[in-house]
Amino acid sequence: MSQFIEQFPTVFQALNIGFLQTVKLFLVTLVGALPLGLIISFGSMSKFKPLSSLVKTIVWIFRGSPLMIQMLIIYYMPGLVFHNPIWGGGEDGRFTAAAVAFILNYACYFSEIYRGGIEGVPVGQQEAGQVLGMTKSEIFFKVTLLQMVKRIVPPMSNEIITLVKDTSLARIIALQEIIWAGQAFLKGSYGISGQIWPLFFTAVYYLVFCGVLTILFGKLEKKLDYFKI
Amino acid sequence: MAILEVKNLTKSFGATEVLKGITFELEEGKVLSVIGSSGSGKTTLLRCINGLETATSGKITVNSQTVFDSDITDKKEIKALGKNRQNIGLVFQQFNLFPQYTALGNVTLAMKLAAKRRPDYKQKKKELLEEIDRTAKYFLGKVGLSDKLDFYPCQLSGGQQQRVSIARALALNPKILFFDEPTSALDPELTGEILKTIRQLAEDRMTMVIVTHEMNFAKDVSDEVIFMDNGVIAEMGSPEDVLVNPKNERTRAFLNTYQK
Repeated sequence: MSQFIEQFPTVFQALNIGFLQTVKLFLVTLVGALPLGLIISFGSMSKFKPLSSLVKTIVWIFRGSPLMIQMLIIYYMPGLVFHNPIWGGGEDGRFTAAAVAFILNYACYFSEIYRGGIEGVPVGQQEAGQVLGMTKSEIFFKVTLLQMVKRIVPPMSNEIITLVKDTSLARIIALQEIIWAGQAFLKGSYGISGQIWPLFFTAVYYLVFCGVLTILFGKLEKKLDYFKI
Repeated sequence: MAILEVKNLTKSFGATEVLKGITFELEEGKVLSVIGSSGSGKTTLLRCINGLETATSGKITVNSQTVFDSDITDKKEIKALGKNRQNIGLVFQQFNLFPQYTALGNVTLAMKLAAKRRPDYKQKKKELLEEIDRTAKYFLGKVGLSDKLDFYPCQLSGGQQQRVSIARALALNPKILFFDEPTSALDPELTGEILKTIRQLAEDRMTMVIVTHEMNFAKDVSDEVIFMDNGVIAEMGSPEDVLVNPKNERTRAFLNTYQK
């Protein structure tokens, strides 16, 4: 016990640094994948067949193969296959490669959620906007968008909570996120080695993070309660 | 002079011909009811005139402006013709109110967006918005909803929702107002308030085209009645002619199903 109390501040500090990287990857993925997913969803709903087929194939590939493999390919392929290591070897390079993989992968998942949300808005809403002389983009931003958001809050919160924990997959390219930081105390880090509890302790961070997100999504859902669809 | 002219209008969905050459005219200030059984093409006719469906062939003129002409194939010209549709309004069977806006918001939305497109919007913003607000409140008052301005659609009854949607269409000052079975989605006890609103509009000499199953109402409020059957106008004339003394056998058969 006294050893635990002694080690705790060191471990806590190291885990916080790792957690910061986790949160960074989480946020960058959201900022990139939320808008990109919307663009992809428009592509997959396009009436121009070659475009929608292409987009659907891309979505199939990203949803159909493990994110871990996608990350490995994106990180190693440029250097090992094309002899052009665009990411560099450092932590920043690993982060960028991981972020690219996460954004592409999650944008594909989000695109399907968006598509469901948009197609779920009754066609009458669009028709009403049309006969009132509104343009297509006005109809989307002023009529469809908020109704879509209301529809997709539950599936989106599911996906975003999954993303929190998926960030740990970046461990595979040695991104120094929280799992990496916890695991380091097995081999030895900051003079502590052979300790498994820091790795287990990382779960507390995930739990708290997901708890906060759950509360936020609940609030958002409540905020959109003023109208019914 | 005719405010609405429809000439040889046809519409096919794939191999199914839904409209088989519709021709009629409507004078300004008159009320036209379109009756007929389900699948006769009434709603498709309305949707073609309002641009929600593109007709296969024919010509539509509103207020002497062409809104559709199958001889015109240039995409830019077709788009320009679409602008002439701002002279017509449509009230839907399912109301199609925007759920995230209040009654007032539903009526002002399209007007506000149109105002934003004006080049002088920035200078005149305040006056324009006040004007829009006034217009919207006036029309909501006209349909008897002055006390429901801040209510969301989900807080209103079906009849009240439909009246908001009528105010929403009226606020854009249309030359012709179209109704697609405006009472069909309502409980029987709520249809009265909608019919009353339409009757008031008729007294104000609003030009209207009403697709309806309310035969007594059609008889009452219309200046002209069209009976559609299987994609053609089977009979057209005064309510007296079509609804009381129909010459066409199919009209008679159709009206009989209502008397039973």
